[in-house]
Amino acid sequence: MLMKNALEDRIAAGQDRIIAQRNMARAADIPGWGLDADPDNDPTYPMKHSNGADHERLNYEKAPQQPLDMEILHSIERPGVTRVFGTSTPPIGLSGAIRRFAYKYSEATATHWMTLILADRVDTIQGKLTDLMHGILPNPWVERGWRAEWKHNRAGFIGRTATTALLLTAGILLLKRKKKNKYQLSNR
Amino acid sequence: MLAMNFRGPFQIRADRNRPEPEIKHPMDAIVRVTRSLICGSDLHLYHGMVPDTRVGMTFGHEFTGIVEAVGSEVQKLKVGDHVLVPFNIACGSCPHCKQELYGNCHEANPEATAVGGFFGYAHTGGGYDGGQAEYVRVPYADVSPTILLEGMDLENAVLLTDVVPTGYQAAEQAGIQKGDTVVVFGAGPIGLMAARFAWFFGAGRVIVIDELDYRLEFARKFSFAEAYNFREMNDPVVFLKKATDYFGADVCIDAVGCEASGHAWQTISGKSLLMQAGTATAFHWAVNSVKKGGIVSIIGVYGPPWNLAPLGSIMNKGLTIRGNQASVKRLLPKLIDHIMSGRINPKEIITHRFPLEEIPDAYRMFSKKLDNIIKPLLIPSRANASFA
Repeated sequence: MLMKNALEDRIAAGQDRIIAQRNMARAADIPGWGLDADPDNDPTYPMKHSNGADHERLNYEKAPQQPLDMEILHSIERPGVTRVFGTSTPPIGLSGAIRRFAYKYSEATATHWMTLILADRVDTIQGKLTDLMHGILPNPWVERGWRAEWKHNRAGFIGRTATTALLLTAGILLLKRKKKNKYQLSNR
Repeated sequence: MLAMNFRGPFQIRADRNRPEPEIKHPMDAIVRVTRSLICGSDLHLYHGMVPDTRVGMTFGHEFTGIVEAVGSEVQKLKVGDHVLVPFNIACGSCPHCKQELYGNCHEANPEATAVGGFFGYAHTGGGYDGGQAEYVRVPYADVSPTILLEGMDLENAVLLTDVVPTGYQAAEQAGIQKGDTVVVFGAGPIGLMAARFAWFFGAGRVIVIDELDYRLEFARKFSFAEAYNFREMNDPVVFLKKATDYFGADVCIDAVGCEASGHAWQTISGKSLLMQAGTATAFHWAVNSVKKGGIVSIIGVYGPPWNLAPLGSIMNKGLTIRGNQASVKRLLPKLIDHIMSGRINPKEIITHRFPLEEIPDAYRMFSKKLDNIIKPLLIPSRANASFA
Protein backbone atom coordinates (compact mmCIF):
# COMPACT_ATOMS: atom_id res chain seq x y z
CA MET A 1 0.00 0.00 0.00
CA LEU A 2 1.32 3.43 -0.87
CA MET A 3 2.37 5.70 1.98
CA LYS A 4 0.58 9.04 2.27
CA ASN A 5 2.76 12.14 2.35
CA ALA A 6 5.87 10.16 1.45
CA LEU A 7 9.21 11.93 1.29
CA GLU A 8 9.04 12.28 -2.49
CA ASP A 9 5.76 14.22 -2.09
CA ARG A 10 7.30 16.58 0.44
CA ILE A 11 10.40 17.76 -1.46
CA ALA A 12 10.35 20.55 -3.98
CA ALA A 13 11.28 19.85 -7.60
CA GLY A 14 13.76 21.95 -9.59
CA GLN A 15 16.21 22.31 -6.72
CA ASP A 16 19.10 20.13 -7.87
CA ARG A 17 21.25 22.74 -9.61
CA ILE A 18 20.33 25.42 -7.07
CA ILE A 19 21.62 23.22 -4.23
CA ALA A 20 24.72 22.23 -6.20
CA GLN A 21 25.56 25.88 -6.96
CA ARG A 22 25.01 26.84 -3.34
CA ASN A 23 27.33 24.03 -2.20
CA MET A 24 30.02 25.00 -4.67
CA ALA A 25 29.85 28.61 -3.50
CA ARG A 26 30.76 27.44 0.00
CA ALA A 27 33.35 24.92 -1.22
CA ALA A 28 36.02 26.51 0.96
CA ASP A 29 34.11 25.24 4.01
CA ILE A 30 34.37 21.63 2.86
CA PRO A 31 37.85 20.24 3.64
CA GLY A 32 39.52 18.90 0.52
CA TRP A 33 36.80 20.09 -1.89
CA GLY A 34 37.90 19.65 -5.50
CA LEU A 35 41.46 18.75 -4.50
CA ASP A 36 41.47 15.49 -6.45
CA ALA A 37 39.18 16.62 -9.27
CA ASP A 38 40.39 15.37 -12.62
CA PRO A 39 38.58 16.24 -15.86
CA ASP A 40 40.28 13.26 -17.51
CA ASN A 41 38.72 10.87 -15.03
CA ASP A 42 35.73 10.11 -17.18
CA PRO A 43 34.58 6.54 -17.77
CA THR A 44 37.09 5.95 -20.52
CA TYR A 45 40.01 6.98 -18.34
CA PRO A 46 41.95 3.86 -17.48
CA MET A 47 42.15 3.50 -13.77
CA LYS A 48 44.82 0.90 -14.12
CA HIS A 49 48.27 2.06 -15.01
CA SER A 50 48.33 0.49 -18.48
CA ASN A 51 51.90 -0.35 -19.37
CA GLY A 52 51.57 -3.38 -21.61
CA ALA A 53 52.10 -5.87 -18.78
CA ASP A 54 48.88 -7.64 -19.80
CA HIS A 55 50.53 -8.67 -23.05
CA GLU A 56 53.61 -9.96 -21.27
CA ARG A 57 51.31 -12.36 -19.43
CA LEU A 58 53.50 -15.26 -18.38
CA ASN A 59 56.86 -13.50 -18.59
CA TYR A 60 56.84 -11.95 -15.17
CA GLU A 61 59.22 -12.66 -12.36
CA LYS A 62 57.48 -15.15 -10.14
CA ALA A 63 58.04 -15.55 -6.42
CA PRO A 64 59.31 -18.92 -5.17
CA GLN A 65 56.61 -21.56 -4.75
CA GLN A 66 55.25 -22.01 -1.23
CA PRO A 67 55.76 -25.70 -0.34
CA LEU A 68 52.62 -27.68 -1.00
CA ASP A 69 52.56 -29.64 2.25
CA MET A 70 48.81 -29.87 2.66
CA GLU A 71 45.74 -30.35 0.49
CA ILE A 72 44.92 -27.12 -1.33
CA LEU A 73 41.97 -27.14 -3.70
CA HIS A 74 42.34 -24.86 -6.67
CA SER A 75 40.08 -23.47 -9.35
CA ILE A 76 40.15 -25.47 -12.58
CA GLU A 77 40.40 -22.12 -14.34
CA ARG A 78 44.08 -22.00 -13.44
CA PRO A 79 46.80 -24.61 -14.01
CA GLY A 80 47.79 -25.08 -10.37
CA VAL A 81 48.08 -23.30 -7.07
CA THR A 82 49.35 -19.72 -6.78
CA ARG A 83 52.88 -18.97 -5.54
CA VAL A 84 51.48 -18.35 -2.06
CA PHE A 85 48.24 -19.59 -0.57
CA GLY A 86 46.41 -19.69 2.72
CA THR A 87 46.85 -22.70 4.95
CA SER A 88 43.77 -22.24 7.08
CA THR A 89 41.39 -25.18 7.51
CA PRO A 90 42.20 -27.76 4.80
CA PRO A 91 39.23 -29.81 3.53
CA ILE A 92 38.21 -32.49 6.01
CA GLY A 93 35.54 -35.19 6.42
CA LEU A 94 32.26 -35.15 4.54
CA SER A 95 32.38 -31.38 3.95
CA GLY A 96 35.86 -31.83 2.49
CA ALA A 97 34.60 -34.52 0.11
CA ILE A 98 31.80 -32.19 -1.03
CA ARG A 99 34.33 -29.38 -1.56
CA ARG A 100 36.55 -31.67 -3.67
CA PHE A 101 33.52 -32.37 -5.85
CA ALA A 102 32.72 -28.63 -6.12
CA TYR A 103 36.24 -27.82 -7.30
CA LYS A 104 35.80 -30.13 -10.31
CA TYR A 105 33.56 -27.42 -11.77
CA SER A 106 34.52 -23.96 -12.94
CA GLU A 107 33.64 -20.69 -11.23
CA ALA A 108 31.16 -20.10 -14.05
CA THR A 109 28.88 -22.87 -12.79
CA ALA A 110 26.17 -22.97 -10.16
CA THR A 111 27.34 -26.48 -9.28
CA HIS A 112 30.64 -25.07 -8.03
CA TRP A 113 29.26 -22.34 -5.80
CA MET A 114 26.06 -23.93 -4.54
CA THR A 115 27.91 -27.14 -3.69
CA LEU A 116 30.39 -25.08 -1.69
CA ILE A 117 27.51 -23.50 0.23
CA LEU A 118 26.22 -27.02 0.94
CA ALA A 119 29.70 -28.02 2.13
CA ASP A 120 29.74 -24.99 4.46
CA ARG A 121 26.47 -26.10 6.09
CA VAL A 122 27.73 -29.67 6.49
CA ASP A 123 30.95 -28.24 7.93
CA THR A 124 28.95 -26.42 10.59
CA ILE A 125 27.43 -29.72 11.77
CA GLN A 126 30.85 -31.39 11.54
CA GLY A 127 32.31 -28.59 13.65
CA LYS A 128 29.68 -29.09 16.35
CA LEU A 129 30.36 -32.84 16.46
CA THR A 130 34.11 -32.20 16.69
CA ASP A 131 33.51 -29.76 19.54
CA LEU A 132 31.44 -32.34 21.40
CA MET A 133 34.12 -34.99 20.87
CA HIS A 134 36.61 -32.60 22.48
CA GLY A 135 34.24 -31.94 25.37
CA ILE A 136 33.37 -28.42 24.19
CA LEU A 137 29.69 -27.71 24.71
CA PRO A 138 27.90 -25.08 22.61
CA ASN A 139 27.63 -21.75 24.41
CA PRO A 140 25.23 -19.61 22.36
CA TRP A 141 24.99 -17.00 25.11
CA VAL A 142 28.59 -16.04 24.44
CA GLU A 143 29.33 -17.39 20.95
CA ARG A 144 26.21 -16.00 19.32
CA GLY A 145 26.59 -12.69 21.10
CA TRP A 146 23.28 -13.03 22.93
CA ARG A 147 24.99 -11.46 25.94
CA ALA A 148 25.43 -8.23 23.96
CA GLU A 149 21.90 -8.38 22.62
CA TRP A 150 20.57 -8.82 26.18
CA LYS A 151 22.43 -5.68 27.17
CA HIS A 152 21.53 -3.48 24.21
CA ASN A 153 18.26 -4.87 22.81
CA ARG A 154 16.59 -6.66 25.71
CA ALA A 155 13.01 -6.15 24.54
CA GLY A 156 13.78 -7.38 21.03
CA PHE A 157 15.73 -10.33 22.39
CA ILE A 158 12.95 -11.39 24.75
CA GLY A 159 10.36 -10.93 22.00
CA ARG A 160 12.30 -13.05 19.53
CA THR A 161 13.07 -15.75 22.09
CA ALA A 162 9.41 -15.89 23.17
CA THR A 163 8.24 -16.12 19.54
CA THR A 164 10.71 -18.92 18.82
CA ALA A 165 9.66 -20.78 21.98
CA LEU A 166 5.97 -20.40 21.08
CA LEU A 167 6.52 -21.64 17.53
CA LEU A 168 8.55 -24.61 18.77
CA THR A 169 5.91 -25.51 21.36
CA ALA A 170 3.13 -25.21 18.78
CA GLY A 171 5.13 -27.40 16.39
CA ILE A 172 5.72 -30.07 19.03
CA LEU A 173 2.06 -30.06 20.09
CA LEU A 174 0.97 -30.34 16.46
CA LEU A 175 3.29 -33.28 15.88
CA LYS A 176 2.05 -35.01 19.06
CA ARG A 177 -1.56 -34.47 18.01
CA LYS A 178 -0.91 -35.90 14.56
CA LYS A 179 0.80 -38.91 16.09
CA LYS A 180 -2.14 -39.45 18.48
CA ASN A 181 -4.68 -39.20 15.62
CA LYS A 182 -2.69 -41.69 13.58
CA TYR A 183 -2.60 -44.08 16.56
CA GLN A 184 -6.36 -43.76 17.10
CA LEU A 185 -7.06 -44.35 13.39
CA SER A 186 -4.86 -47.42 13.30
CA ASN A 187 -6.67 -48.81 16.40
CA ARG A 188 -10.13 -48.57 14.80
CA MET B 1 47.25 -17.55 20.95
CA LEU B 2 43.88 -15.85 21.14
CA ALA B 3 42.03 -15.60 17.84
CA MET B 4 38.57 -15.48 16.40
CA ASN B 5 37.32 -18.96 15.47
CA PHE B 6 34.35 -19.26 13.07
CA ARG B 7 31.98 -22.05 14.16
CA GLY B 8 29.21 -21.58 11.58
CA PRO B 9 26.78 -18.81 10.62
CA PHE B 10 26.14 -16.38 13.50
CA GLN B 11 28.45 -18.31 15.81
CA ILE B 12 32.05 -17.45 16.58
CA ARG B 13 34.43 -18.09 19.43
CA ALA B 14 37.23 -16.13 21.03
CA ASP B 15 39.56 -19.12 21.11
CA ARG B 16 42.68 -19.08 23.30
CA ASN B 17 44.03 -22.34 21.87
CA ARG B 18 44.74 -21.35 18.28
CA PRO B 19 48.22 -22.22 17.01
CA GLU B 20 50.52 -19.29 16.34
CA PRO B 21 51.20 -18.72 12.62
CA GLU B 22 54.51 -19.78 11.07
CA ILE B 23 56.62 -18.54 8.18
CA LYS B 24 55.45 -20.68 5.25
CA HIS B 25 57.23 -18.88 2.43
CA PRO B 26 60.51 -16.92 2.24
CA MET B 27 58.61 -13.68 1.54
CA ASP B 28 56.35 -14.02 4.62
CA ALA B 29 56.33 -11.99 7.82
CA ILE B 30 54.64 -12.73 11.13
CA VAL B 31 52.93 -9.69 12.60
CA ARG B 32 51.67 -9.17 16.16
CA VAL B 33 48.35 -7.41 15.76
CA THR B 34 47.98 -4.05 17.49
CA ARG B 35 44.59 -2.99 16.15
CA SER B 36 42.00 -4.82 14.09
CA LEU B 37 38.61 -3.87 12.71
CA ILE B 38 35.46 -5.74 11.79
CA CYS B 39 34.44 -4.85 8.25
CA GLY B 40 30.87 -4.74 6.96
CA SER B 41 31.96 -7.40 4.47
CA ASP B 42 32.97 -9.66 7.39
CA LEU B 43 29.27 -9.76 8.19
CA HIS B 44 28.62 -11.54 4.88
CA LEU B 45 30.94 -14.28 6.14
CA TYR B 46 29.36 -14.22 9.60
CA HIS B 47 25.91 -14.59 8.02
CA GLY B 48 27.04 -17.59 5.95
CA MET B 49 26.62 -15.90 2.59
CA VAL B 50 30.11 -16.39 1.12
CA PRO B 51 30.77 -19.84 -0.36
CA ASP B 52 33.70 -21.88 1.03
CA THR B 53 33.76 -20.22 4.44
CA ARG B 54 35.14 -23.07 6.52
CA VAL B 55 34.58 -23.79 10.19
CA GLY B 56 37.74 -23.03 12.15
CA MET B 57 38.83 -20.05 10.07
CA THR B 58 39.90 -16.69 11.54
CA PHE B 59 38.46 -13.61 9.83
CA GLY B 60 39.85 -10.09 9.69
CA HIS B 61 41.39 -8.15 6.81
CA GLU B 62 41.86 -4.74 8.45
CA PHE B 63 44.75 -4.65 10.90
CA THR B 64 47.97 -3.03 11.99
CA GLY B 65 50.77 -4.81 13.78
CA ILE B 66 54.38 -5.12 14.77
CA VAL B 67 56.67 -7.35 12.72
CA GLU B 68 57.80 -10.26 14.90
CA ALA B 69 59.60 -12.42 12.31
CA VAL B 70 60.48 -12.25 8.62
CA GLY B 71 61.24 -14.86 5.96
CA SER B 72 64.66 -15.22 4.33
CA GLU B 73 63.79 -13.11 1.26
CA VAL B 74 62.16 -10.18 3.04
CA GLN B 75 64.36 -7.11 2.59
CA LYS B 76 62.37 -3.97 3.34
CA LEU B 77 60.60 -4.90 6.56
CA LYS B 78 62.47 -5.72 9.73
CA VAL B 79 61.53 -7.07 13.12
CA GLY B 80 60.01 -4.32 15.25
CA ASP B 81 58.53 -2.28 12.39
CA HIS B 82 54.99 -1.11 13.10
CA VAL B 83 53.01 -1.57 9.90
CA LEU B 84 49.57 -1.15 8.46
CA VAL B 85 48.69 -4.15 6.33
CA PRO B 86 46.45 -3.53 3.29
CA PHE B 87 43.71 -6.11 2.94
CA ASN B 88 44.93 -7.12 -0.54
CA ILE B 89 47.61 -9.81 -0.65
CA ALA B 90 49.66 -8.86 -3.70
CA CYS B 91 52.84 -10.26 -5.25
CA GLY B 92 53.85 -6.95 -6.83
CA SER B 93 55.14 -8.55 -10.03
CA CYS B 94 52.28 -10.19 -11.94
CA PRO B 95 50.75 -8.20 -14.85
CA HIS B 96 47.87 -6.98 -12.67
CA CYS B 97 50.10 -5.78 -9.84
CA LYS B 98 52.43 -4.11 -12.36
CA GLN B 99 49.44 -2.07 -13.51
CA GLU B 100 48.61 -1.15 -9.91
CA LEU B 101 45.61 -3.47 -9.70
CA TYR B 102 46.78 -4.81 -6.35
CA GLY B 103 43.31 -6.09 -5.52
CA ASN B 104 43.48 -8.43 -8.50
CA CYS B 105 46.82 -10.17 -7.98
CA HIS B 106 47.29 -13.32 -10.05
CA GLU B 107 49.51 -15.10 -7.52
CA ALA B 108 47.62 -14.91 -4.25
CA ASN B 109 44.44 -16.96 -4.52
CA PRO B 110 44.42 -20.52 -5.86
CA GLU B 111 40.76 -21.16 -5.11
CA ALA B 112 39.05 -18.44 -7.17
CA THR B 113 40.38 -16.68 -10.26
CA ALA B 114 37.67 -14.00 -10.06
CA VAL B 115 38.81 -12.88 -6.64
CA GLY B 116 42.13 -11.56 -5.36
CA GLY B 117 43.85 -12.80 -2.23
CA PHE B 118 42.54 -11.30 1.02
CA PHE B 119 43.26 -11.91 4.66
CA GLY B 120 40.60 -13.84 6.54
CA TYR B 121 38.05 -13.90 3.77
CA ALA B 122 37.06 -17.55 3.26
CA HIS B 123 38.79 -19.86 0.81
CA THR B 124 37.05 -17.84 -1.88
CA GLY B 125 39.57 -15.16 -0.82
CA GLY B 126 42.56 -17.52 -0.78
CA GLY B 127 42.21 -19.40 2.51
CA TYR B 128 44.36 -17.09 4.64
CA ASP B 129 43.70 -16.70 8.35
CA GLY B 130 43.05 -13.07 9.19
CA GLY B 131 43.92 -10.37 11.66
CA GLN B 132 41.20 -10.77 14.28
CA ALA B 133 43.88 -12.55 16.25
CA GLU B 134 47.00 -11.85 18.26
CA TYR B 135 49.32 -12.90 15.42
CA VAL B 136 48.92 -13.25 11.68
CA ARG B 137 50.99 -14.52 8.76
CA VAL B 138 51.53 -11.81 6.12
CA PRO B 139 52.62 -13.11 2.68
CA TYR B 140 54.60 -10.94 0.23
CA ALA B 141 55.64 -8.82 3.20
CA ASP B 142 57.78 -6.44 1.16
CA VAL B 143 54.98 -5.45 -1.22
CA SER B 144 51.99 -3.92 0.54
CA PRO B 145 52.64 -3.54 4.29
CA THR B 146 53.53 0.06 5.01
CA ILE B 147 55.50 1.35 7.99
CA LEU B 148 53.54 3.82 10.09
CA LEU B 149 54.72 7.40 9.86
CA GLU B 150 55.80 9.07 13.07
CA GLY B 151 52.84 10.80 14.65
CA MET B 152 50.30 8.82 12.70
CA ASP B 153 47.28 7.96 14.81
CA LEU B 154 46.96 4.19 15.14
CA GLU B 155 43.20 4.21 14.63
CA ASN B 156 43.56 6.24 11.43
CA ALA B 157 46.31 3.84 10.33
CA VAL B 158 44.14 0.76 10.72
CA LEU B 159 41.34 2.46 8.77
CA LEU B 160 43.83 2.96 5.92
CA THR B 161 44.01 -0.81 5.40
CA ASP B 162 40.55 -0.91 3.80
CA VAL B 163 37.79 1.55 4.73
CA VAL B 164 39.47 4.78 3.67
CA PRO B 165 40.92 3.57 0.34
CA THR B 166 37.78 1.59 -0.47
CA GLY B 167 35.57 4.64 0.12
CA TYR B 168 37.99 6.79 -1.86
CA GLN B 169 38.09 4.38 -4.79
CA ALA B 170 34.28 4.24 -4.85
CA ALA B 171 34.31 7.98 -5.53
CA GLU B 172 37.34 7.87 -7.83
CA GLN B 173 36.01 5.13 -10.11
CA ALA B 174 32.70 7.03 -10.30
CA GLY B 175 34.45 9.66 -12.46
CA ILE B 176 32.91 12.55 -10.50
CA GLN B 177 33.21 15.91 -12.26
CA LYS B 178 32.98 19.36 -10.64
CA GLY B 179 29.37 20.18 -9.83
CA ASP B 180 28.08 16.60 -10.18
CA THR B 181 25.20 15.31 -8.12
CA VAL B 182 26.39 12.13 -6.42
CA VAL B 183 24.05 9.64 -4.74
CA VAL B 184 25.55 7.13 -2.31
CA PHE B 185 23.44 4.13 -1.32
CA GLY B 186 24.39 2.97 2.17
CA ALA B 187 25.56 4.97 5.18
CA GLY B 188 27.83 2.27 6.55
CA PRO B 189 31.55 2.98 6.99
CA ILE B 190 32.29 2.67 3.25
CA GLY B 191 29.30 4.75 2.18
CA LEU B 192 30.20 7.46 4.68
CA MET B 193 33.75 7.55 3.41
CA ALA B 194 32.69 7.51 -0.28
CA ALA B 195 30.30 10.41 0.37
CA ARG B 196 33.00 12.39 2.14
CA PHE B 197 35.51 11.81 -0.65
CA ALA B 198 32.98 12.72 -3.36
CA TRP B 199 33.62 16.34 -2.30
CA PHE B 200 37.36 15.86 -2.91
CA PHE B 201 36.50 15.25 -6.57
CA GLY B 202 34.43 18.43 -6.72
CA ALA B 203 30.89 17.12 -6.28
CA GLY B 204 28.16 19.75 -6.30
CA ARG B 205 25.73 17.67 -4.23
CA VAL B 206 26.13 14.51 -2.19
CA ILE B 207 23.00 12.60 -1.23
CA VAL B 208 23.11 9.54 1.04
CA ILE B 209 20.28 6.99 1.20
CA ASP B 210 19.89 4.48 4.05
CA GLU B 211 17.24 3.10 6.41
CA LEU B 212 18.88 3.81 9.77
CA ASP B 213 18.30 7.31 11.12
CA TYR B 214 21.37 7.32 13.37
CA ARG B 215 23.59 6.56 10.40
CA LEU B 216 21.89 9.21 8.28
CA GLU B 217 22.51 11.73 11.03
CA PHE B 218 26.16 10.65 11.06
CA ALA B 219 26.32 11.11 7.26
CA ARG B 220 25.11 14.69 7.64
CA LYS B 221 27.88 15.47 10.10
CA PHE B 222 30.81 13.38 8.89
CA SER B 223 30.17 13.42 5.14
CA PHE B 224 28.49 16.85 4.91
CA ALA B 225 25.79 15.08 2.89
CA GLU B 226 22.07 15.43 2.46
CA ALA B 227 20.74 12.21 3.97
CA TYR B 228 17.37 10.54 3.50
CA ASN B 229 15.63 7.47 4.85
CA PHE B 230 14.16 5.29 2.10
CA ARG B 231 11.63 3.92 4.62
CA GLU B 232 9.94 7.32 4.37
CA MET B 233 9.58 7.00 0.60
CA ASN B 234 7.16 5.04 -1.52
CA ASP B 235 9.79 4.69 -4.19
CA PRO B 236 13.40 5.86 -3.73
CA VAL B 237 13.86 6.10 -7.50
CA VAL B 238 10.98 8.55 -7.87
CA PHE B 239 12.32 10.52 -4.91
CA LEU B 240 15.78 10.75 -6.45
CA LYS B 241 14.43 11.64 -9.88
CA LYS B 242 12.40 14.48 -8.39
CA ALA B 243 15.36 15.58 -6.28
CA THR B 244 17.53 15.78 -9.41
CA ASP B 245 15.15 17.82 -11.58
CA TYR B 246 13.74 14.59 -13.11
CA PHE B 247 17.11 14.23 -14.83
CA GLY B 248 18.81 11.62 -12.66
CA ALA B 249 21.99 11.81 -10.61
CA ASP B 250 25.25 12.18 -12.49
CA VAL B 251 26.78 9.39 -10.45
CA CYS B 252 25.41 6.65 -8.18
CA ILE B 253 27.56 4.64 -5.79
CA ASP B 254 26.37 1.27 -4.48
CA ALA B 255 28.03 1.01 -1.09
CA VAL B 256 25.68 -1.67 0.22
CA GLY B 257 26.22 -4.89 -1.70
CA CYS B 258 24.59 -8.23 -1.09
CA GLU B 259 22.63 -7.58 2.11
CA ALA B 260 20.54 -4.59 1.08
CA SER B 261 17.05 -4.13 2.49
CA GLY B 262 14.13 -2.42 0.82
CA HIS B 263 12.71 -4.87 -1.70
CA ALA B 264 10.74 -7.93 -0.58
CA TRP B 265 11.41 -10.16 -3.58
CA GLN B 266 15.14 -9.37 -3.56
CA THR B 267 15.26 -10.17 0.16
CA ILE B 268 13.41 -13.48 -0.22
CA SER B 269 15.29 -14.64 -3.32
CA GLY B 270 18.68 -13.31 -2.24
CA LYS B 271 18.91 -13.59 1.51
CA SER B 272 16.34 -16.19 2.53
CA LEU B 273 16.53 -18.67 -0.36
CA LEU B 274 20.04 -17.86 -1.66
CA MET B 275 18.67 -18.13 -5.22
CA GLN B 276 20.95 -15.21 -6.07
CA ALA B 277 24.12 -13.94 -4.40
CA GLY B 278 22.28 -11.77 -1.91
CA THR B 279 20.05 -8.84 -2.68
CA ALA B 280 20.80 -6.46 -5.53
CA THR B 281 18.34 -3.80 -4.34
CA ALA B 282 20.84 -0.95 -4.05
CA PHE B 283 22.26 -1.74 -7.47
CA HIS B 284 18.77 -1.64 -9.03
CA TRP B 285 18.07 1.70 -7.40
CA ALA B 286 21.45 3.01 -8.59
CA VAL B 287 20.86 1.98 -12.21
CA ASN B 288 17.38 3.46 -12.20
CA SER B 289 18.30 6.69 -10.39
CA VAL B 290 21.36 7.66 -12.41
CA LYS B 291 21.05 9.89 -15.49
CA LYS B 292 21.28 8.56 -19.03
CA GLY B 293 24.98 8.19 -19.83
CA GLY B 294 25.74 8.25 -16.10
CA ILE B 295 28.11 6.16 -14.06
CA VAL B 296 27.33 3.55 -11.43
CA SER B 297 30.20 2.66 -9.12
CA ILE B 298 29.90 -0.66 -7.29
CA ILE B 299 31.94 -0.91 -4.12
CA GLY B 300 29.51 -3.03 -2.05
CA VAL B 301 30.44 -6.70 -1.97
CA TYR B 302 28.40 -9.27 -3.88
CA GLY B 303 28.83 -13.03 -3.76
CA PRO B 304 30.26 -14.92 -6.71
CA PRO B 305 27.40 -16.86 -8.35
CA TRP B 306 25.05 -14.25 -9.86
CA ASN B 307 22.54 -11.48 -9.24
CA LEU B 308 19.49 -10.31 -11.11
CA ALA B 309 20.56 -7.11 -12.85
CA PRO B 310 18.55 -4.65 -14.99
CA LEU B 311 20.67 -5.16 -18.12
CA GLY B 312 18.06 -3.59 -20.41
CA SER B 313 18.16 -0.31 -18.49
CA ILE B 314 21.96 -0.34 -18.42
CA MET B 315 22.08 -0.71 -22.20
CA ASN B 316 19.23 1.67 -23.02
CA LYS B 317 20.55 4.39 -20.73
CA GLY B 318 24.12 4.00 -21.96
CA LEU B 319 25.49 3.55 -18.48
CA THR B 320 29.02 2.86 -17.41
CA ILE B 321 29.28 0.36 -14.58
CA ARG B 322 32.57 0.31 -12.70
CA GLY B 323 33.65 -1.75 -9.73
CA ASN B 324 36.68 -3.31 -8.13
CA GLN B 325 38.24 -4.14 -4.83
CA ALA B 326 40.25 -1.14 -3.70
CA SER B 327 43.85 -1.05 -4.81
CA VAL B 328 45.08 -0.02 -1.36
CA LYS B 329 48.80 0.21 -2.09
CA ARG B 330 48.18 2.50 -5.07
CA LEU B 331 46.07 4.90 -3.03
CA LEU B 332 48.03 4.95 0.24
CA PRO B 333 50.43 7.85 -0.47
CA LYS B 334 47.62 10.22 -1.43
CA LEU B 335 45.37 9.16 1.45
CA ILE B 336 48.12 9.32 4.06
CA ASP B 337 48.72 12.88 2.87
CA HIS B 338 45.03 13.76 3.20
CA ILE B 339 45.02 12.43 6.77
CA MET B 340 48.33 13.89 7.88
CA SER B 341 47.29 17.26 6.41
CA GLY B 342 44.13 17.18 8.51
CA ARG B 343 41.69 17.20 5.60
CA ILE B 344 39.96 14.12 6.96
CA ASN B 345 40.04 12.35 10.32
CA PRO B 346 38.67 8.87 9.52
CA LYS B 347 38.75 7.59 13.10
CA GLU B 348 35.63 9.63 13.82
CA ILE B 349 33.69 6.66 12.41
CA ILE B 350 34.99 4.27 15.09
CA THR B 351 32.15 4.21 17.58
CA HIS B 352 32.93 1.06 19.59
CA ARG B 353 36.13 -0.46 20.96
CA PHE B 354 36.23 -4.08 22.20
CA PRO B 355 38.94 -6.29 23.68
CA LEU B 356 39.54 -9.20 21.29
CA GLU B 357 38.09 -11.55 23.93
CA GLU B 358 34.67 -9.96 23.36
CA ILE B 359 34.62 -10.50 19.61
CA PRO B 360 31.32 -12.48 19.57
CA ASP B 361 29.59 -9.48 21.17
CA ALA B 362 31.20 -7.12 18.66
CA TYR B 363 29.97 -9.19 15.70
CA ARG B 364 26.46 -9.48 17.10
CA MET B 365 26.23 -5.75 17.77
CA PHE B 366 27.56 -4.86 14.32
CA SER B 367 25.29 -7.38 12.63
CA LYS B 368 22.17 -6.20 14.47
CA LYS B 369 23.19 -2.50 14.38
CA LEU B 370 22.85 -2.23 18.15
CA ASP B 371 23.77 0.78 20.27
CA ASN B 372 24.11 3.04 17.18
CA ILE B 373 27.24 1.19 16.11
CA ILE B 374 29.08 2.36 13.01
CA LYS B 375 32.54 0.80 13.13
CA PRO B 376 33.85 -1.62 15.78
CA LEU B 377 37.55 -1.79 16.67
CA LEU B 378 39.23 -4.79 18.32
CA ILE B 379 42.21 -4.50 20.64
CA PRO B 380 44.20 -7.64 21.43
CA SER B 381 45.56 -7.73 24.98
CA ARG B 382 49.13 -8.16 23.68
CA ALA B 383 48.78 -5.12 21.45
CA ASN B 384 50.23 -2.61 23.85
CA ALA B 385 53.22 -4.69 24.88
CA SER B 386 55.86 -2.72 23.00
CA PHE B 387 54.69 0.52 21.52
CA ALA B 388 54.03 3.88 23.06
